[in-house]
Amino acid sequence: MKINELREHLCAQYPDLCPLFSIEFGDGVLLVECGQLLGAASDLRDLGFDRLGMVTAVDRGETFEMVYRLTSRSMSAGIFLKCEVPRDNPVIQSLTSLWPAANWHEREVYDMFGIEFEGHPDMRRILLPPEWEGYPLRKDYEDERIIHRPDYI
Amino acid sequence: MNASSIDRITSDAGEVDAVTLKITERTKKIATDGTPVDELVVNVGPSHPSTHGVCRVITHVDGEIVTKAEPVIGYLHRGVEKIAENRTYLQVVPLTDRLDYVGSMYTNWAYSRSVERLAGIRVPERAEYLRVITCEMQRMASHMMSLGSTSGDSGATTAFIYSFDIRERVIEFFEDLCGSRLTYNYVRPGGVSMEVPDGWFDDILAWLPIARQSLSELDRLFFGNHIARGRLKGIGVLSAEDAVSWGASGPVARGSGVNWDLRKHDTYSVYPRFDFDVPIGSNGDAYDRARCRLFEVYESMRIIEQAIEQIEPGPIKADGIPRLIAPRPGDAYDHIESARGSLGVYLVSDGSPRPYRMKVRSPAFCNLALLPMLAEGHTLSDLVIVLGSLDPVFGEVDR
Repeated sequence: MKINELREHLCAQYPDLCPLFSIEFGDGVLLVECGQLLGAASDLRDLGFDRLGMVTAVDRGETFEMVYRLTSRSMSAGIFLKCEVPRDNPVIQSLTSLWPAANWHEREVYDMFGIEFEGHPDMRRILLPPEWEGYPLRKDYEDERIIHRPDYI
Repeated sequence: MNASSIDRITSDAGEVDAVTLKITERTKKIATDGTPVDELVVNVGPSHPSTHGVCRVITHVDGEIVTKAEPVIGYLHRGVEKIAENRTYLQVVPLTDRLDYVGSMYTNWAYSRSVERLAGIRVPERAEYLRVITCEMQRMASHMMSLGSTSGDSGATTAFIYSFDIRERVIEFFEDLCGSRLTYNYVRPGGVSMEVPDGWFDDILAWLPIARQSLSELDRLFFGNHIARGRLKGIGVLSAEDAVSWGASGPVARGSGVNWDLRKHDTYSVYPRFDFDVPIGSNGDAYDRARCRLFEVYESMRIIEQAIEQIEPGPIKADGIPRLIAPRPGDAYDHIESARGSLGVYLVSDGSPRPYRMKVRSPAFCNLALLPMLAEGHTLSDLVIVLGSLDPVFGEVDR
């Protein structure tokens, strides 16, 4: 499905989500408040985005940007669902109630960024050992083993 | 079966409680300290349980029946996503080889597509064809690895040799093409690294009928064997609804009847120009998943033949790609159908020549999350079949 058709379809079904929709590099992006995340995800699922492809986060300094990739088989389309979590209180709703697939993805985000998911059944580290300190994919993570390359090649 | 140690439950009190309840309900036998009498925890792995990679499965067994299987992953975690933040866009390509080391072409390609989308690079047509040809050959090699280990798991070592015969030939073709047998670094942002050697296409076309024959022999030898059927049928049944809600993809989802193949349904590159089918299973068990892989190899051969027929001379790299690619700020995601499912790479650029963030959406990671659900209720020896039928590659799971 073309991205413009997707926008029209979304706006017709959920007019309140329409102003949050934008297009970036040919992909639809829906930027919501973190409080609305579960509702928006549920709406998108009803719209036909039945698969949760991935969950990840990006360190944006003051906030963490949560990125959810949803795909639809019926529409042959994908969409990003994004929201900003404050760095000083990184807590967000879990999507495990909508998609069990979120379980491991959210554990990985917790492992790498220290973002906690409310309502997650098993909030533990997944790739790193339980005794690991710090959250490696945060930009301020320090480890003596990280080799900082110079700016030239 | 590689059960390296057998211990009573002593730690992880929280987990034990849940299992204790279940066992108590079923067997009504509890020791005075509250632990179930006949519950054992068997540690499977972490050193190559049945050659699938470095995975550990904490398995709770009642007799020989698995009551709970918990995969412990991360033994191969090298922090590729973090290392990528400290390298230029082109320097990341060799890192992607080491993710899915059974199918390096896929991770190369998924990453390259993502960079191309981010930097607005148009790839020449010949390069797209070469990518399709190499990736379909990679699918043959990868599925042969999977079928070989599945047959090895179920005790049919002869079939293992047959499938590795086909795989070895593909790897030799890759060696001729780019000098490597496992980590190719062949597909790069903007095209591919090398032109094919003289006579390469002819050699492939001459070999494909032999491979087809060899594959049908493997089909009769392994899938026609009633012991193999007995080991695979009805094991690890996954319903279509669960496959979708757990985000399963590739042969794992298609074995359950989920008709979803990115090459067909969210098509990319030059795939719309080829005539091929998507094999779909119906029962969702280990047998159907293995059958899907087998038939996909036939389809890959059809695609390779059509691609070699259609390919035309031309450039193999896009013009004017700088050594330092610095895309404008933003984020992009692109995905391809790898041998294991939807493989995607998500890249965030801040305008500098290094990725601000790279995330690999690994199909093996999502598929492996199904293991606890699928293995429950089966015997310990079938746990290995279930694990093998999910076809995890731990370089990609752990990243």
